[in-house]
Amino acid sequence: MSTTLLVTIAFVLFVLVVFQLARTTEYISLLRGEERAQEDADKMNGLLFLLFLIIGGGAMVWSLFHYKQYMVLQAATVHGQWLDSMFMVTLLFTGIVFVITQIMLFYFAWKYKHTKGRKALYYPENNKLEMWWTVIPAIVLTTLVIIGIYRWFQITGPEPKDSMVVEITGQQFLWNYRYPGNDDKLGNYEFKYITAVNKVGLDFNDPAAKDDYMATEMHVVVNKPVLLRIRSKDVIHDVGIPYFRVKMDAVPGLVTRFWFIPTVTTEEMRKKTGNPDFNYEIACDQLCGKGHYGMKGIVVVETQAEFDAWKAKQPSFYESSVKGTDEEKHFAELTEQLKAEKEKEASKGHHE
Amino acid sequence: MSSEVSNPVVQPVFTGDSTHHQDSEGEIHENGHHEHHKEYFFTKYVFSQDHKTIGKQFLITGIFWAFVGGLLSVIFRFQLGFPNQAFPFLETLFGKWAPGGIISPEFYYMLVTMHGTILVFFVLTAGLSGTFANLLIPLQCGARDMASPFLNMLSYWFFFAASCVMLTSFFLPEGAADVGWTFYPPLSGVKESAPGAGLGADFWLIGMALFIFSSLLGGLNYITTVLNLRTKGMSMNRLPLTVWALLITAILGLISFPVLLGAAILLLFDRNLGTSFYLDKIFINGHPLDHAGGNAILYQHLFWFLGHPEVYIIILPAFGLVSEVLANHARKPIFGYRAMILSMLAIAILAFIVWAHHMFVTGLNPFVASVFVLLTLLIAVPSAVKVFNWIATIWQGNLRFTPAMLFCVGFVSLFISGGLTGIFLGNSALDIPLHDTYFVIAHFHIVMGVSAFFGMLAGVYQWFPKMFGRFMNNTLGYIHFWITFVGAYMIFWPMHYMGLTGVPRRYYSFDAFQSFNMFGDLNKFITIAAMLVFFAQLLFILNFFYSMFKGRKVTDPNPWKSNSLEWTTKINPGHGNWDGPLPTVYRWPYDYSKNGDEFIPQTVPYKPGEEKLHH
Ligand code: HEM
Ligand SMILES: [Cu+2]
Ligand SMILES: [Cu+2]
Repeated sequence: MSTTLLVTIAFVLFVLVVFQLARTTEYISLLRGEERAQEDADKMNGLLFLLFLIIGGGAMVWSLFHYKQYMVLQAATVHGQWLDSMFMVTLLFTGIVFVITQIMLFYFAWKYKHTKGRKALYYPENNKLEMWWTVIPAIVLTTLVIIGIYRWFQITGPEPKDSMVVEITGQQFLWNYRYPGNDDKLGNYEFKYITAVNKVGLDFNDPAAKDDYMATEMHVVVNKPVLLRIRSKDVIHDVGIPYFRVKMDAVPGLVTRFWFIPTVTTEEMRKKTGNPDFNYEIACDQLCGKGHYGMKGIVVVETQAEFDAWKAKQPSFYESSVKGTDEEKHFAELTEQLKAEKEKEASKGHHE
Repeated sequence: MSSEVSNPVVQPVFTGDSTHHQDSEGEIHENGHHEHHKEYFFTKYVFSQDHKTIGKQFLITGIFWAFVGGLLSVIFRFQLGFPNQAFPFLETLFGKWAPGGIISPEFYYMLVTMHGTILVFFVLTAGLSGTFANLLIPLQCGARDMASPFLNMLSYWFFFAASCVMLTSFFLPEGAADVGWTFYPPLSGVKESAPGAGLGADFWLIGMALFIFSSLLGGLNYITTVLNLRTKGMSMNRLPLTVWALLITAILGLISFPVLLGAAILLLFDRNLGTSFYLDKIFINGHPLDHAGGNAILYQHLFWFLGHPEVYIIILPAFGLVSEVLANHARKPIFGYRAMILSMLAIAILAFIVWAHHMFVTGLNPFVASVFVLLTLLIAVPSAVKVFNWIATIWQGNLRFTPAMLFCVGFVSLFISGGLTGIFLGNSALDIPLHDTYFVIAHFHIVMGVSAFFGMLAGVYQWFPKMFGRFMNNTLGYIHFWITFVGAYMIFWPMHYMGLTGVPRRYYSFDAFQSFNMFGDLNKFITIAAMLVFFAQLLFILNFFYSMFKGRKVTDPNPWKSNSLEWTTKINPGHGNWDGPLPTVYRWPYDYSKNGDEFIPQTVPYKPGEEKLHH
């Protein structure tokens, strides 16, 4: 309490001191005449703009190189590398515009600060000039659009035939992963079958669902395309994997998709980064409630052999967690309920 | 004629021809003026129908909200800059929201949500448009007041009511809304999805509905006034760019805000009446919900159908203010007046057909997305034209660096920095890694948040003498500018680096992720810069209120040697603005440094043989 008070008082005092100082300065400068005061101000601020350009520009370049170490400059997926090079092209074009315009702006601000006796140039327009600076940006932007859309269609297009499928389902505040069993087919699901155990609502009436297995981490095979089928149980989440340049919303009621080809195994990345604990992380990128910031998942990229060994150890979800338990009875009840509901709906339809 | 008009401010009857209908205006006004009943405190300062007073009411309410909104950000920056560090005074102030002096996640999300809402809508929409449309449209068009002073007054009071509702929501037991300013369902649609998705969210929606009424009433008035109440000779191509900008802003608002109102009402229904516009197949807190058949993405389309035009509703007035002040203090005509208008019109039209660029990773149909890429990057062309034209305006000028002018130069710099990052985000493929990261935070704070603030502050410094007949303290103005300008870059520039690393926005803490936890020092730096900038704003507020009562008095009715009409009124104009007849306009407002005259007000007829441009 007392520190709060003290800090507040100190702060208020500080504000008042600056305020008083400024008032006095203003008063003194006005004593010397309004015009003189404005002239001094023009000179000082013009100079400050020039300094801002030089020091600010320097700080920017320094910080860029300093923070470069953290940025993921080489994505660990195929499409991620396309995006990285596209980023560099965009950076080149925008960087040139940025440097030229900022230099002109601050240099002119300094150069053309008010000087007594000089007259400003009456120069209301120049159609030719304006045409150029409409057409050139238009051309540059068209180029960027063409590159962008070309890549976009590749990334969002159909996944390669040999893709493995993983279903990832978000809920407040964790991720569930489901893999098809040996039939390579994800079984049906129905949100009304969701329970505390059957977390993603597998429909065990569908034989294809019976061999599906659930995992606590996402395992994928290096250089093999992966198709994510993305779902949510409650609110919107988002599957974001920074190293992969993957991001896609998980929307309740819909299934979204994203496919990618990982190119670097977790193990290789551990060596590359010198961090023995390195992991590819999934971060939720869409605000989903108070635990949003902790909604993390792990992706393990491994060789086919490692993957097969891991897979062999994953029991089917039905066999391991449902079969012969209360959950199975519960599932049967839910099935009946759902059937009854559907019949009711259908008969309603008939009467109308 | 005057007897038909019950209002003390006499408005001409619309005759269908905007340039002639005010011929007899002066005469009408003479009558009106002397019939004035005495003005009581309430009708003069509270329920005033004088556009200038209403403008000041918007401004002061806006300053209040800017203070609150800014303070919220300083508080949540504490958590980001000094994570898990206990500040006992936070517990003293906020009690259960900051147990042990550490902000709770619930509180963090509440602060972030309300910060965004307040600054986007209450400060940079109502505070900015409300202030300057009210102050400048009648004065710069040469009108006695708005077309409907009464609706105009209502517009403020709806805003006031909206403000009360939003403010009250902070004191609810579960706190204010905490689902993000974009309010996406199901998070916002299901009461049990978040602490602030309960009553706080209902208050938010009702507050926004009132806000939208305010905005629509204001907008209707601004448009009608500009189209119908221009004084003699004030053709559309002689209007100051401020008025053009405010007109286009009002049109954007009038078309897009009703869509948000619809979206908000449907959301209220989903929340309280069991409808399913946005909700489908939801299993939450261990049980399924009955809602079925809705679509969560529908809300996003509706929201961004307003949301994107909204960002231009925020920035267009700043465009106008900056163009006007820049030309005035450069002592040069604005470069490319017609291109400036055309580019604003182009932006306004395109603004309606780019909304889905906020939704590239929602599972949008890829072909649809590609169309939005094209349209989005197209909008960068008129934006670029504006920047080049501003730079050309100061080229070979004779720049007087008043605080207003400094904010204009700062504005152009920021608008360039933030606009260019839009080109990355608008390209859907590149948006994949950048969406919902700090890169977006950097983009929109620089291009919209800070830029629009700079436009607004330029406007306040420039027109303070008109509003209060006094000057603000320049020295404080300079300190204010430099801290804010340097500070804004210190806060938002480094966020690009975080975004490029993939750091997500709306994270209470980065501890859980090795991918994001290396920016501790940077976050501390940003927080300290934010506190510094907040401190500078306190100086501004102090300067503002002190100068209102004690500032140096204005002695010259045209202190900035400006050409536009507002400076042809008395220093402290009464209700009705001009004592005598309304001024007649002969030329555009940008004849600076022409033929050896430093400035030629719009009321000065052309000299024989004077070159006429196209105005
Ligand atoms: C040069 C033209 C611009 C382009 C191409 C552009 C593009 C974009 C894109 C694609 C996004 C979505 C990014 C994402 O969420 O992943 C975005 C976000 C945003 N932009 Fe821009 N932008 C431009 C200029 C502006 C301007 C002038 C303003 C405001 C004055 C603005 C305000 C915003 C805001 C507020 C957001 C984020 C809203 C949120 O998600 O909370 N942008 N911009
Ligand atoms: Cu989340
Ligand atoms: Cu947008």
